[in-house]
Amino acid sequence: MKNKFFKWLSLPYIIWSVGFIIIPLIMVFYFGLTNKNGSFTFSNITSIALPVHFKSLLIALLLSLISTIICLLLSYPLAMILSNMKSGNNKLMILVFVLPMWMNFLLRTLAWQTLLENEGVINTIFRFVHLPALKIINTPYAIVFGMIYNFLPFMVLPIYNVLCKIDKNLLNAARDLGANEVQTFLKVTLPLSVPGIISGITMVFIPALTTFVISDLLGGSKILLIGNVIEQEFTLNSNWHLGSGLSIVLMLFIVISMIISVIFDKDGEGSAL
Amino acid sequence: MKKVFLFGLLATLTMLPLFGCGNAYENGEVYVYNWGEYIDPDVIEMFEKDCKIKVIYDEYETNEMMYPKVEAGAVEYDVVCPSDYMIKKMIDNDMLAELNWANIPESKNIGAQYFETSEEFDPGNKYSVPYCWGTVGILYNKSMVDEPITKWEQLWDPKYKNQILMQNSVRDAFMVALKLNGYSMNSTNIDELQTAKKSLLEQKPLVQAYVVDQVRDKMIGNEAAIGVIYSGEAIYTQRENDNLVYVIPEEGTNVWIDSWVILKNSKNKENAEKFINYMCKPEIALKNFDFITYSTPNDAARALIEDEDIRNSEIAFPDLSKYNNLETYVYLGEDGDELYNSLWKEVKSE
Repeated sequence: MKNKFFKWLSLPYIIWSVGFIIIPLIMVFYFGLTNKNGSFTFSNITSIALPVHFKSLLIALLLSLISTIICLLLSYPLAMILSNMKSGNNKLMILVFVLPMWMNFLLRTLAWQTLLENEGVINTIFRFVHLPALKIINTPYAIVFGMIYNFLPFMVLPIYNVLCKIDKNLLNAARDLGANEVQTFLKVTLPLSVPGIISGITMVFIPALTTFVISDLLGGSKILLIGNVIEQEFTLNSNWHLGSGLSIVLMLFIVISMIISVIFDKDGEGSAL
Repeated sequence: MKKVFLFGLLATLTMLPLFGCGNAYENGEVYVYNWGEYIDPDVIEMFEKDCKIKVIYDEYETNEMMYPKVEAGAVEYDVVCPSDYMIKKMIDNDMLAELNWANIPESKNIGAQYFETSEEFDPGNKYSVPYCWGTVGILYNKSMVDEPITKWEQLWDPKYKNQILMQNSVRDAFMVALKLNGYSMNSTNIDELQTAKKSLLEQKPLVQAYVVDQVRDKMIGNEAAIGVIYSGEAIYTQRENDNLVYVIPEEGTNVWIDSWVILKNSKNKENAEKFINYMCKPEIALKNFDFITYSTPNDAARALIEDEDIRNSEIAFPDLSKYNNLETYVYLGEDGDELYNSLWKEVKSE
């Protein structure tokens, strides 16, 4: 009886995933593998090799890689501090980090545009205290900055979760056996937190790789990422076939990073045992 | 008892809108798809009240963004406001419905010369009613440059590095580069377009950003010294920042018309015609002009403008006969579009 009931509960999710995941995916593959006359072709996918597309893919990979690394370097110490805090304090700190996410992503990025502009809020303050002006708007630096700002919580939270779950007795045991702080961290804490790091990396790297809003708003449309190319094929050039073909290429990268995360997750669990 | 009361209250509250609005929009609805900030919001409310038709209103940023959405038909729009060349494209692709001019009597307020110009893209004036028109020009901040800007050529001057805002739309960007090199803005000659592309690439390091609607706010905020902008924004920006000057460049530029059209698959054609008719009323056109400051082709509305400086403004209502190198965009066909788009992509990705 109970089982049947639970089966029915999954119905909305099945409808959802068929309607909004599977059917759109089939459509992406259909458009990606056909040309305007509807006949089968690989040319949409192989067009990634064109210098125009390949360059934007490389820039997107580079910028998202940089922001993922910086996110990781910023998040790990933070997650450690949070996980060592008393429970009342850390809830507040977590709230502080999650709070901006309640606001729309587009609005927050638009706000950074006004903040970073040459005559923007930050530069007005800098000028007031006679500091040199910050000239990063419409450069790749601003795009990386926007990526880090927007995706940092996605790195902090999974690492924090994993760190919280580490049994404190393991740390005590390590100390009992003569390990110092650094050794305890390297031999116990870090290996145990790998699953969190990997899921953090995937959650930052993939949205950073595919973004087009951040590069448009903070990069002044001067730097074309692969996400921008795909967006423009759909919205401006109305070439859905090419847009879908390039999306399939991008999907490949997403699948690769997911495979990596699965492999590492296993390792993480293995060392936990 | 309390529960029953609460339930009753809830039921009444949920039913209320059904009774309330049911009467307010007895004539159904109309789906309008217009440029961003291209109408006085009060006008929509007034239309809803006067004609008892509910307006579902959406906005787009460029012609190129509008077209695929209308073509895909995800939302069945009734009235759209594309520019000249896009209207031609939509006529060619059989997407527009012929207007019944008997239902749009107020179109008599539109100046005859605008219908004449419309013939270029809408032969026989079958499909479109002019709504706004203007030129593309240069807006510059006279406190940030040491000489008057009069030519497109000055947008290639290295001393304005990072002070230039270019239009992020393919036809406008290429128009500037083609005119700079002395070619027609409707060129499909590959050599001419390659030269234009080369110019755009040369200019790219000097450009602060490629933007569309943001030019206005950035120029008002002293963010850049020079921007490529539609003439309609000039009056508004000058109102906000009196250092700004608008010029029609010497090399010549684009003169455009945005017109109301009705889509072929429109389900509310009569309401759509009522909407267009309402927009042609002099007092409504005037209200829109005051709000959006784009030149109105509505002669009756222009006569109603109280401020003489604006009524006779060279920016809002330039005497086009004084210029001999103005052009209207022509629809270039699918191959032409593709050529422009791929060259533009090469410029942007460099």
